[in-house]
Amino acid sequence: MSTYLAQGAAGVGNPVLNIGIFAGFVVITLAIVIYVGRTNRTASDYYAAGRSFTGPQNGVAIAGDYLSAASFLGIAGAIAVNGYDGFLYSIGFLVAWLIALLLVAELLRNTGKFTMGDVLSFRMRQRPVRAAAATSTLVVSFFYLLAQMAGAGGLIALLLNIPNSNAFGQGLVIAGVGAIMIFYVLVGGMKGTTWVQIIKATLLVIGAACLTVWVLGLYGFNLSQLLGQAVTNSPKNGAKILGPGLAYGKTTTAKVDFISLALALVLGTAGLPHILMRFYTVPSAKEARRSVVWAIWLIGIFYLFTLVLGYGAAALVGPDKINAAPGKQNAAAPLLAYALGGEVLLGIISAIAFATILAVVAGLTITASASFAHDVYANFLRKGRAAPDQEVKVARRTAVVIGVVAIVGGIVANGQNVAFLVALAFAVAASANLPTLLYSLFWRRFNTMGALFSIYGGLIASVGLIVFSPAVSGAETSMMKSVDFHLFPLANPGLVSIPLSFLLGIIGTFVGGTETFSTAKYAEMEVRSLTGAGAERASTH
Amino acid sequence: MTSTGERPDDDGVSYEQIQSSFEFDELRTRFRRFVFPMSVAFLLWYLAYVLLASFAKDFMSIRVPADTNLTVGLYIGLLQFVTTFLITTIYVNFANNRLDPAAEMLRDEIEGTNR
Repeated sequence: MSTYLAQGAAGVGNPVLNIGIFAGFVVITLAIVIYVGRTNRTASDYYAAGRSFTGPQNGVAIAGDYLSAASFLGIAGAIAVNGYDGFLYSIGFLVAWLIALLLVAELLRNTGKFTMGDVLSFRMRQRPVRAAAATSTLVVSFFYLLAQMAGAGGLIALLLNIPNSNAFGQGLVIAGVGAIMIFYVLVGGMKGTTWVQIIKATLLVIGAACLTVWVLGLYGFNLSQLLGQAVTNSPKNGAKILGPGLAYGKTTTAKVDFISLALALVLGTAGLPHILMRFYTVPSAKEARRSVVWAIWLIGIFYLFTLVLGYGAAALVGPDKINAAPGKQNAAAPLLAYALGGEVLLGIISAIAFATILAVVAGLTITASASFAHDVYANFLRKGRAAPDQEVKVARRTAVVIGVVAIVGGIVANGQNVAFLVALAFAVAASANLPTLLYSLFWRRFNTMGALFSIYGGLIASVGLIVFSPAVSGAETSMMKSVDFHLFPLANPGLVSIPLSFLLGIIGTFVGGTETFSTAKYAEMEVRSLTGAGAERASTH
Repeated sequence: MTSTGERPDDDGVSYEQIQSSFEFDELRTRFRRFVFPMSVAFLLWYLAYVLLASFAKDFMSIRVPADTNLTVGLYIGLLQFVTTFLITTIYVNFANNRLDPAAEMLRDEIEGTNR
């Protein structure tokens, strides 16, 4: 093992060149963010970009938001090391979009204004439901941010040749990255963030396409030959990488964990606050639909690329070398780029990967800060009497706090597979948000108590199970290896917490059965959700 | 229980009247009859895939054709992509042709009386 470590620590690429490409990207995007940020005047501008984006633009931006470091670095790494089992992430992440398309996107756009809390509290008692929605938004965003920061740390560490043994140096890098991201959000608001997403998604899809064609070209565009080479280059696992079960097949617990993960992936997307918020940046439900369609195609095609990239990294770099590199599994895609095109391609691909993280973190930060300012500050604390300017000011300050928290969390989670960490965020979103969202859109009797039960119940169950899972302590791959307080056998809580939350929503509704039911509010929500009457319009200026 | 922070009804439209109308009922039924069965179908298909991957490892590892490195699991995984793209396309056609006209008519009815 030590020989591999030595190899990995020897580093790849030229740090000066890497920094140059990366700095170039930061300067260009920063200029764009400052340019579009000039026109941020109202709350609608800051949170929803004035609802002025078209469906296709927003679709590309959604792809940008969604194809995070988890998709690019995490999935490629998981496939490179664990073979077929990494493929599940791609499939789950993609199929999940059908729930967003069929059941959530258009109805949400028609009934809400800025946040998920707008929809959840529509026909409920405003203050408690908004507070609950904001709490779960903040928690989901935190887990998601954690993953992105961990990815950023690993990536920059790889580029700057900071070995895994230098935890302090890697931590410093994460902090620096976080500071730049906070700046983007403060200056650009939603409009700046959306443009960063669009640029990043375009670069990412093109970059991944080039790598894919290159890898396939090396094997005569014969996928079977590529897989064969991946098998040859994986001495430990061999042909096992072609079938399922390598990461999740050794014991029954592992198999159940796989199902739990699969459930969290497919049900999580439509409950991710930063994705839901993107539907407000378009002028109508029809545009929201168009944006989902664009997103599904882009995301789907991208995930087909990651399959080739993952096996390509196994074939050309090899799982042992990947595991020993700074950033571990997350380094598979950059190392593949290095193997193909040397330090220039490594620099370019790493800059794209970094752009990916940067854009997603900006999107998450803006969502979390909007939710706090709009739901907690304006509606909970000030009972709807806050001036919009004041609300935006609170949102900006919140963005700073969230950024700092994410930096600290990212340092703790550094070195974990990013896709795995994101799956935890998906589990929390699927538990706390999706049941509540579906009930309030489709179930007439659902009430405030039901919403509170399913949000807080799902939240507590999923986060609690994560804290006491082997993902946090007691296993070789845990965040805290030295202690063991794990009580729950599964690394992903979805299998327990998601059904529990659906059940709690029903129980809560019956517990709160004596609440006065507002027929008028229900009628308004249902009619508006399906017809788009009275929906928030694009602002003109 | 008191209700706090209630939104004001700024346009005074009777949503209840629309909700109980025949046209709205038909729109809602048409929408639900499409999205509910479709959601159940793709979730079951996805679940079937996940169960196969965890409990039918040998089946998923069969090579097709036998002299290549392509496995049954790979084909089924790729089929998930195909069905996702397919359902997306079918839904968009359905929504554009069968939902949008009815929704627009109702929206005009609601907003037209007030603006």
